[in-house]
Amino acid sequence: MFGRLTLGAFVHDPITEITIIATMLLALVGVIFLFKFKLIGWLWKNWFTSLDPKKIGVMYLCVAALMLLRGLADALLIRAQQATSVGASHGIVNADTFQQIFSSHGTMMIFFVAMGALFGIINMILPMQVGSRDVAFPLLNSISFWLFFGGVALINMSIIVGSFSNAGWLAYPPLSELAFNPGVGVDYWIWSLEIAGIGSLLTGINFIVTILKMRAPGMTLMKMPIFVWSVLCSMSLVTFAFPILTATLTMLALDRTIGTHFFTAGFGGDAMMYINLIWAWGHPEVYILILPAFGVFSEIVPVFSGKRLFGYKSMVVALVAITILSFTVWLHHFFTMGAGADVNAFFGIMTMIISIPTGVKVFNWLFTMYRGRIRLTTPMMWFLGFIVTFTIGGVAGVLMAVPAIDFEVHNSLFLVAHFHTMIIGGVVFGIFAGFTYWFPKFTGFTLNERLGRYAFWLWITGFCLAFIPLYILGLLGATRRLDHYVDAGWQGFFVIAAIGAVIICAGVGMQMLQIVVSIVQRKQNLVIDGDPWNGRTLEWSTVAPPPEYNYAIVPEVTERDEFWVMKKKGLQKKTNIVYEAIDVPKNSSFGIFIAVFASLFAFAVIWHIVWLVIVALIITILIIIFMLTRDREDDTISAKEVEEIELAAEKNRLYA
Amino acid sequence: MLMYAEGLKVYPRNVSKAYKVVLFLAIVCGIIAVFVHLLHGVNFPFLNPKGQIAYQERQLLIFTSLLSLVVVIPVFLMLFFIVTRYREGNKKARYEPDWDHSRVLEALWWGLPCVIILILAVVTWNTSHQLDPYKSISSSNKPITIEVVALQWKWLFIYPNEGIASVNSFDFPVNTPVNFQLTADAPMNSFWIPSLGSQIYAMPGMNTQLNLIANSIGSYNGSSANISGTGFAGMQFIAKATSQQDYNNWTKSLQDSSSVLNDTSYQSLAKPSSYVSASYYKLNDAYLYDKIVLKYMTPGNSFAN
Repeated sequence: MFGRLTLGAFVHDPITEITIIATMLLALVGVIFLFKFKLIGWLWKNWFTSLDPKKIGVMYLCVAALMLLRGLADALLIRAQQATSVGASHGIVNADTFQQIFSSHGTMMIFFVAMGALFGIINMILPMQVGSRDVAFPLLNSISFWLFFGGVALINMSIIVGSFSNAGWLAYPPLSELAFNPGVGVDYWIWSLEIAGIGSLLTGINFIVTILKMRAPGMTLMKMPIFVWSVLCSMSLVTFAFPILTATLTMLALDRTIGTHFFTAGFGGDAMMYINLIWAWGHPEVYILILPAFGVFSEIVPVFSGKRLFGYKSMVVALVAITILSFTVWLHHFFTMGAGADVNAFFGIMTMIISIPTGVKVFNWLFTMYRGRIRLTTPMMWFLGFIVTFTIGGVAGVLMAVPAIDFEVHNSLFLVAHFHTMIIGGVVFGIFAGFTYWFPKFTGFTLNERLGRYAFWLWITGFCLAFIPLYILGLLGATRRLDHYVDAGWQGFFVIAAIGAVIICAGVGMQMLQIVVSIVQRKQNLVIDGDPWNGRTLEWSTVAPPPEYNYAIVPEVTERDEFWVMKKKGLQKKTNIVYEAIDVPKNSSFGIFIAVFASLFAFAVIWHIVWLVIVALIITILIIIFMLTRDREDDTISAKEVEEIELAAEKNRLYA
Repeated sequence: MLMYAEGLKVYPRNVSKAYKVVLFLAIVCGIIAVFVHLLHGVNFPFLNPKGQIAYQERQLLIFTSLLSLVVVIPVFLMLFFIVTRYREGNKKARYEPDWDHSRVLEALWWGLPCVIILILAVVTWNTSHQLDPYKSISSSNKPITIEVVALQWKWLFIYPNEGIASVNSFDFPVNTPVNFQLTADAPMNSFWIPSLGSQIYAMPGMNTQLNLIANSIGSYNGSSANISGTGFAGMQFIAKATSQQDYNNWTKSLQDSSSVLNDTSYQSLAKPSSYVSASYYKLNDAYLYDKIVLKYMTPGNSFAN
């Protein structure tokens, strides 16, 4: 009846049980709160079923923020274990639990924090930047989000029901195969990524079409804001790379569920093929994350330098070059697999070549500031932190791109330090910069600067303390993922790294405080005209927060940095505007239902509940068919309503 | 435009007060002191190589780091200069809001990295071939062959020519190239002795190779660099480089050993266990290694699924 699912799946060690009970109680309080104040209906109507990309973006950010806390908790446990597990002591958790913790830390941070936050920012900003009222496929966008949420739900459910993968964030076979890993952990990993991965693919297609087909009249490709270019490149990578992930995971799932031998150790299975495939997705994945972050910085630097972006064409060429090259370097993740010298040298050299366009971007940012008027606001602080850490991490990357050096640092903590430098210094700082920069656009008030600065300094200090010791440990010969080590000389460095992790958490605490304080003091930081930073791109030309349809009159673009040019010419007040009725897509709950049943299907496959697999799959397909047979439904905002909204906004501006 | 800019909210920038600088420097110095203290007396195997391969790899690390500094130092200097000089408060600095490209400058920073990468590419191509793990090391001494099997969770070392075997510790003569043949009867592992140089994966049903040499006598720590299950942290081993005479004595003593490694004793050895102390055997089956590799190629072997 319930396949592998027995009551035993709910039994855990005491620490986990306490965590689960505490989380459940918290969730219960939340749910009671929602029902007591009748918020659930409001959430459903205004948020869950909304197809407005700005609202979907906010939901992405909320989920990503929650998962950041989960990932940080994992990180703290990892640090606590490694700081204590030396010599006779075996630390606070056993090896299996430790391995589950770091596997979930990596999976969580990449797929559900970094990807989630970037999709959030892209959803909120991109349609406005291209001067559009919406994305190309609003309903598909909602489905993407809910599939992403389905993945989040599955990975978190693994704590309560069963266990999570202990095979690392990329689950190399044969360790992740049935012979060595018979439990449900790896299945949870596979299926949460399958579900979320399909959502990501759909998002990729959606934004490519939005960028190519929905731009405001006059906005040629070379007049697009650079963030739009970065998203176009990143989403192209999503569209080409995510099918590889989906196919690879499907093969692994078939191995584990119906006994095929794609990647098994025996019967002609080829684990090396898996490692090639997973990195053929995995390397583009890191560029999927970093390119939008580059885009964010390329928006911020010109604005806070009061100067045009230096070398726009170079920047575009560099983005496209990185996009293409990112598919030609995957083998550098396993120089040590025994490929010949020719192959290793080729992939090593291709990897170094990527540093050329990346370096060009750094120089162009520097020269955007050169002869500018630099305002050192929080987004700029994140940018400066990014340049420093990213350059250092980049050097470590070039070192490891040389196969003969990689042979001595591969899979060591040096590698771990390197990719954290790139992902925290690049992607995470980019997300924070973008969040601070665009926050006022969507709330109507800016974030508290002082607390933002404190958060920055805590982050950067914690980051140095957490990762410099790891570079050293790597050179000392410490490999990654050790639940225990013998050399007492390593412990001091692990302790410092743990202190660093705690300081990073304090930084996150400071950011939460910053948001709360900013909301409480919003009256002091109101953004009346919708343009707090003297922005350059179209999104700053609307009021803050923008109306659902973004633009009452679709702007016509004549130049790059259109809004800057408009302001330069003088913002002439348009008179006698004739407003027209605007169609916005009606709310839809299809996304939620598709995700619920797709996740249920995944859950049934994980636990081998055959009847539920069939039922859930059929229902999912039926819902999709039903959805596809219906025409798009719109709500119409009449011309009069549009006029009222616009006039009210105008009044606000005048009497501010 | 100017009017617009003046209407802007100006974010007060606390001009760097002396005490802030002092506090900052004090923290930095304190941290450096802690690091210096911790670094005192620890051994960096990669930076303190004990064999020719590790030595060449260290030289390559130093060369590449220095080459990278050619770009990194100007970037940091420019960053510092630009941010201080063109800060908003400094009205004396030039302000050219519309200056957005320069063919010369852009050619410079497309070109210069290209040159550096070209140099590095040549070095990479050459060193990848020189330091290819599969390439045998030329030496006046005749190389010895050691077959390495990664088990759950320990290392088995088989000396097919000497007819001996050992677990988690092995001896080999100094200044003599060692040709390792590697496989696994377990999930994938990575065989790594940092003091001697390169690592390579050990995979079930596969045979990989690694050539290393020790140029001074000593005991070097080795471990598995790739996660292979719950006991993987306990896969440490010792690689002992000894004099030829000591090595001969060691092999002799094992050949006379009473504990024997054959099919049966291998089966019990291969059962999962971790943090295993060293043990030594007389090898009774010269083809044991080949059998371990081939068992994953044979249909119907229950362990091989």
